[in-house]
Amino acid sequence: MRNPQLNKNGELQHLLTLDGLPRDILTAILDTAAPFTEVAEREVKKLPILRGKSIFNLFFENSTRTRTTFEIAAKRLSADVVNLNVSTSSTAKGESLLDTVDNLCAMQADMFVVRHAASGAPFLIAQHLFANGRNDIHVINAGDGRHAHPTQGLLDMYTIRHFKQDFTQLTVAIVGDVLHSRVARSQISALTTLGVPEVRVIGPKTLLPTEVERMGVRVFHDMREGLKDVDVVMMLRLQNERMNGALLPTPQEFYKVWGLTAEKLALARPDAIVMHPGPMNRGVEIDSAVADGAQAVILPQVTFGIAVRMAVMSMLAA
Amino acid sequence: MKSLDAESLCSALIEQMRPHVGPDTLLVGIHTGGVWLADRLHPALGLAAAPGSIDVSYYRDDFGSRGLNTKAKRTDIPFNVEGAHVIIVDDVLYTGRTTRAALNELFDFGRPAKVELAVLVDRGGRELPIAARYCAYTLPDPLPPQQILELQKNQDDSLTLRLIDA
Repeated sequence: MRNPQLNKNGELQHLLTLDGLPRDILTAILDTAAPFTEVAEREVKKLPILRGKSIFNLFFENSTRTRTTFEIAAKRLSADVVNLNVSTSSTAKGESLLDTVDNLCAMQADMFVVRHAASGAPFLIAQHLFANGRNDIHVINAGDGRHAHPTQGLLDMYTIRHFKQDFTQLTVAIVGDVLHSRVARSQISALTTLGVPEVRVIGPKTLLPTEVERMGVRVFHDMREGLKDVDVVMMLRLQNERMNGALLPTPQEFYKVWGLTAEKLALARPDAIVMHPGPMNRGVEIDSAVADGAQAVILPQVTFGIAVRMAVMSMLAA
Repeated sequence: MKSLDAESLCSALIEQMRPHVGPDTLLVGIHTGGVWLADRLHPALGLAAAPGSIDVSYYRDDFGSRGLNTKAKRTDIPFNVEGAHVIIVDDVLYTGRTTRAALNELFDFGRPAKVELAVLVDRGGRELPIAARYCAYTLPDPLPPQQILELQKNQDDSLTLRLIDA
């Protein structure tokens, strides 16, 4: 089957997941993002690339940072951005997802940026557009359920490349609530595709997906053992809102065993970087001193996120 | 067309510009030939600030038909252009569209007091109302569109102009 993200010339048509995306496309996105980082230093922080294009932010689930960085990215490319807070609009009145999409198509949308609590919702929209022959409209997945968050994965790869240059020499650890994390899935796909020789996932058994080893990672249930000599520590947020039942004791106990402290970080390489996709729970998965420490690159991640989203949008719609 | 010696044209351009520049004049080269040329002009004219560079890929008016250039270079303007005397430098002046794009991009960094254009060769074929203030050589007859005239940098850093039949 054809990769639904690529058009018949092998170019990016939608960005739905990093799973199955070829290495040359990942690298092209990172390369395209590089010159965009400089735009933020200009007096006029705008490039005319998407002038006249309409981009609709469809957020069926709350998000501040992701929606804002997508909005800034689109505006820096001179696009017109419309934010729909769908949870308080037509959907609440009973309109179906695809009816909403059709209505926005009738308003001459060029691109949808979609966040949805249901895994696969952006795929559904992409399929619907394909069935209607609308190959001129593009979809970016801004996070769907537990499935994928590709632009977060890409900005993480950009950050790693910025600080570590070569992927093929690295040991990378992903720590925490992998089970509920769409970010972790996108990270693992991208790290593997880009040739990272050792990807570790570290977490309690109850918060790791079953058969996670099949994604090509090494599993550790002991944080100290797992962090030994790693170059990159990617922390995940403890997803309280996605958790049902008693997967965990209390956040305090989680912190004691799985929280990243300076003492545990000392087991990693001395030049290891610490990443976090945000929003952070200080004192739950990460200690404040580490989050604000010299090894943390959490705020550069946010800045690079704008350039990476600019790159994806311009590759799709330009 | 008689062969054009890029090195002697470069010297001629420097002499043309010399009476009109001061130490505070800023050069901005257009990638890639214009950047090489600006690197030559800068020490010869005794300018204080190192030249800036512009990649106009994202500002071109034919952007939609050409698609995105993933190999675009970084635009680098390492000085404040506000109120400055800026000279845009390019190797060959043709339709004028590259110059227009460079002007648009330059103004996103501030409002210069004066902007001029310096080129090695004017090959004719203008499609916009743009003229070079400094030009070492103007071809007597415009080149046909299927021919490409471009500057090349050799291993010993010398410059050559090459005519290619596309």
